[in-house]
Amino acid sequence: MIETKNLTRKFGELTAVDSVSLRVEDGEVFGFLGPNGAGKTTTVRMLCCLISKTSGEARIGDYEIGNAADSLKIRKIIGLVPDNVGLYDTLSAYDNLDFYGKLYDCTEAQRKENIERFLKMLGLWEKKDVAAGTFSKGMKQKLAIARSLIHDPQILFMDEPTANLDPESSRTVRDFILDLKKEKRTIFLNTHNLDEAQRICDKIAILNTKLMAIGTTEELERSVSGRKTVIQLEQLSDAILAALKKLPVGNVAVDGNKLTIDVANPEKENAAIVEAIIRAGGHVQSVTVVGSSLEDAYLKLVREAK
Amino acid sequence: MRLSKSWIIAEKDFKTFRKRKNIIYTIIVVPLIVSFLLPIVIDYAGHKNGASGFPASEIITLLPAFTFFYLILAGMIPSTIASYSLVGEKVEKSLEPLLATPTTDSEILLGKGIAAFIPPIAAILGGATIFMVLMDLVTQDKLGYYFFPNWNAAIVLFLMVPLAAIMSVEWNVIVSSKVSDVRVAQQIGVLVMLPFAGIYVAGELNLIPLGVTNNLLIIAGILLVVDLLLLFVARATFRREEILTKWK
Repeated sequence: MIETKNLTRKFGELTAVDSVSLRVEDGEVFGFLGPNGAGKTTTVRMLCCLISKTSGEARIGDYEIGNAADSLKIRKIIGLVPDNVGLYDTLSAYDNLDFYGKLYDCTEAQRKENIERFLKMLGLWEKKDVAAGTFSKGMKQKLAIARSLIHDPQILFMDEPTANLDPESSRTVRDFILDLKKEKRTIFLNTHNLDEAQRICDKIAILNTKLMAIGTTEELERSVSGRKTVIQLEQLSDAILAALKKLPVGNVAVDGNKLTIDVANPEKENAAIVEAIIRAGGHVQSVTVVGSSLEDAYLKLVREAK
Repeated sequence: MRLSKSWIIAEKDFKTFRKRKNIIYTIIVVPLIVSFLLPIVIDYAGHKNGASGFPASEIITLLPAFTFFYLILAGMIPSTIASYSLVGEKVEKSLEPLLATPTTDSEILLGKGIAAFIPPIAAILGGATIFMVLMDLVTQDKLGYYFFPNWNAAIVLFLMVPLAAIMSVEWNVIVSSKVSDVRVAQQIGVLVMLPFAGIYVAGELNLIPLGVTNNLLIIAGILLVVDLLLLFVARATFRREEILTKWK
């Protein structure tokens, strides 16, 4: 479990992270969204005991961030994939992982087992003796992920793991994160990629120095008004419009045989709308919900913060 | 502090150095050149134009000063390696994942220090052995005895050379926090050998008689004090918070 209460970090006059309070449950994939400079990396660095907090509290499991005695224990139970892979280019993939395995006090047998396991899972086993410097960006990113797992941590921090990767590599990394999710690891995922967050994360937080919102994708989408249901009819009639006026929906815009209706909660209201149209003798060809996606929620919250 | 962690880091650096030819050349070739060149100079220059070699009085002034070449090397070679070891990690951006491991700043710093200290010291002492053997061979006739080994050479090689190498490593930790280019770090880093070059010149000019044991011990004492001061500064510079937020 990761928990912060009013976590704050200042660099001189600049407040990089302002009173962030959040809680990530065990086995949860937590998406941390925000624009560049929002404080995502600073938050991760504080949680990984790499930099100190200015104020507030944070805990990883039973250990307290900021307590010198707990820092080494925290670093032992977490894994970090930083935004820059930071591999040793002249060393082979195997030697890169072996070095980190030793620093995490893994026995030789554990190192051998985990190196083979993760390199095979990430499709790098055949390249184990090749210098990391010759790897493509995608391969380097996979190797950095394997490195963060070499000691089998239950908590993993990933800072933009798919940034700058081609679609195929991004997908491999995303699929691997989903595999880790199945293993019930707790994953704290910093990302710009809304689609990725939506697909992978159980809970999402939007940060712009301050925490703007936190919840599931659905909760965040619902938090923003302005969603619309677009209904394509075979033939629009006055009876249909009259039936819709009786419903507690927002504005109904007409464009030929297409209706665009403002709704607060399409998941709940669309059934009643469609039923009213059918009772009024209408034939529905398609129903589409537009607007107020996670992207809308994200953009609205980030703009509000400016 | 766990020495085992520092040794793991040093071992990794040794492995990295083996793949870098420029580092191998610096560690091995430079001490070898000095070790062969100086006896050749004594032999060749002494017998130039049919002369019968340097007089014994001149030889016993020259040889202690020549030993100081190894002090200059002790400033130069660890500097080259430490620059690569620290700024190289910065360039490869590998410091953050390293700092995220359950390792203390002191353990990392010591590991980097060991990596930059042991290979040059081994090469310098190896080179110095060759130098002393060859020098004895070319000067024994004139002196009537073997000049090396002697206590003064032992003080230079086993006390002053390690202290100079430590100074070089510490200086480079400080330099590494300010630059992000290995070559720039090396260029600034080797400035640490200037005082040793100055001592050598002063010895040659007989301003500081380098054959006098007390003089050597005084210089060693000054080196020790400077080492302790630089250790304090290097330790303050090499803190993970500083590295991640202030290092360029």
